[in-house]
Amino acid sequence: MNNLLQVVKVGIADMNIVKTPSLIRTSGLGSCVGVVLYDLSAEIAGLAHIMLPDSSLAKGAGFNSAKYADTAIRDLVSLLAKSGARSSGLKAKIAGGAQMFKYSSGSDLMRIGPRNVEAVKQELSFLKIAILGEDVGGHSGRTIEFNPQSGELMIRTVNKDQVII
Amino acid sequence: MNFLDKNISSMKLDILREIGNIGAGHAATALSTLLNKKIDMSVPDVKIVSFDEMIDMAGGAENVVAGVFLRIEGDAPGSMFFVLPLEQAEIFIRELPGNIPFRADELPYDELALSALQELGNILSGSYLSSLSDFTKLSLFPSVPMLSIDMVGAIIGTGLLEISQVSDYAIVIDTALNEEVQNTDAVNGHFFLLPDPESFQIIFKALGVPDHE
Repeated sequence: MNNLLQVVKVGIADMNIVKTPSLIRTSGLGSCVGVVLYDLSAEIAGLAHIMLPDSSLAKGAGFNSAKYADTAIRDLVSLLAKSGARSSGLKAKIAGGAQMFKYSSGSDLMRIGPRNVEAVKQELSFLKIAILGEDVGGHSGRTIEFNPQSGELMIRTVNKDQVII
Repeated sequence: MNFLDKNISSMKLDILREIGNIGAGHAATALSTLLNKKIDMSVPDVKIVSFDEMIDMAGGAENVVAGVFLRIEGDAPGSMFFVLPLEQAEIFIRELPGNIPFRADELPYDELALSALQELGNILSGSYLSSLSDFTKLSLFPSVPMLSIDMVGAIIGTGLLEISQVSDYAIVIDTALNEEVQNTDAVNGHFFLLPDPESFQIIFKALGVPDHE
């Protein structure tokens, strides 16, 4: 039996799912938000690295659902359901949504971090998925790693100790 | 031009490369004057890349850098990054006049050092942009540059927001600046110029490139 701990990496504006014993990770979350949805009883978890709050912001062709809070969360839920998670047993943990640059010009996009967090929470509450842990806001980038067996989300921030929620 | 068109003509790529050449050339001269030493630059690399690839070009999502980010405003809006490895930022600050204390591993960072770094980014990107503006006869001006010392992924992700609404790819014009030291070819800093999708047409038009090229 292969017990090798495998870490599945999720890129920016991307999503994926894992089962025990694998871990799932995304690096360098700035204003982006990492949304983890998991079912502990099935030991399965999905992670989306979203960039923008709302798919209505999309212009032009080539739609990538993992980029937007609303569509990413919905797609992640159905992806998890197909892989054996109980939709009713899904819980969420979220991290990210920082404001990377303090001196912002008027641009609305500079305040995108808090808007992303808000959009994620709204979508999760609409789908009645409880948020059991969050580390959002601030001014620092984050790297997160989730363990579907323990339900622990490890968060690493530059110049700070790593925390587990 | 379809922004997602991967078959962008070689002529257009050449023009973008020349833009990088002129802009970064002026920035390298400014840096060289500022530090009173020789600065080399690489031949600009023009690429159509996914966001992940762009972050990899800057050293990988988790790599900690000093990043100066600014928006280009005016006729052809876009985003610009000046990305420095932390050790290099430390060296640059020490070489600036004024003996500013700064150590990459010592927190909190000195306010004056951060301000100097921001000003460095301001001067370099300002000279990049003004030469670009002269070359294209377009009115381009920088927003107030913003500095962040953090993971590459977190810094660049923010600069990609404008483009991310339209596309999953960006056209980047990447030029590396190198301090001329013997026996090292370490890359010391990167300029990334990311015109907004609708700006390409404007730039090409300003330079007299026909649409069908």
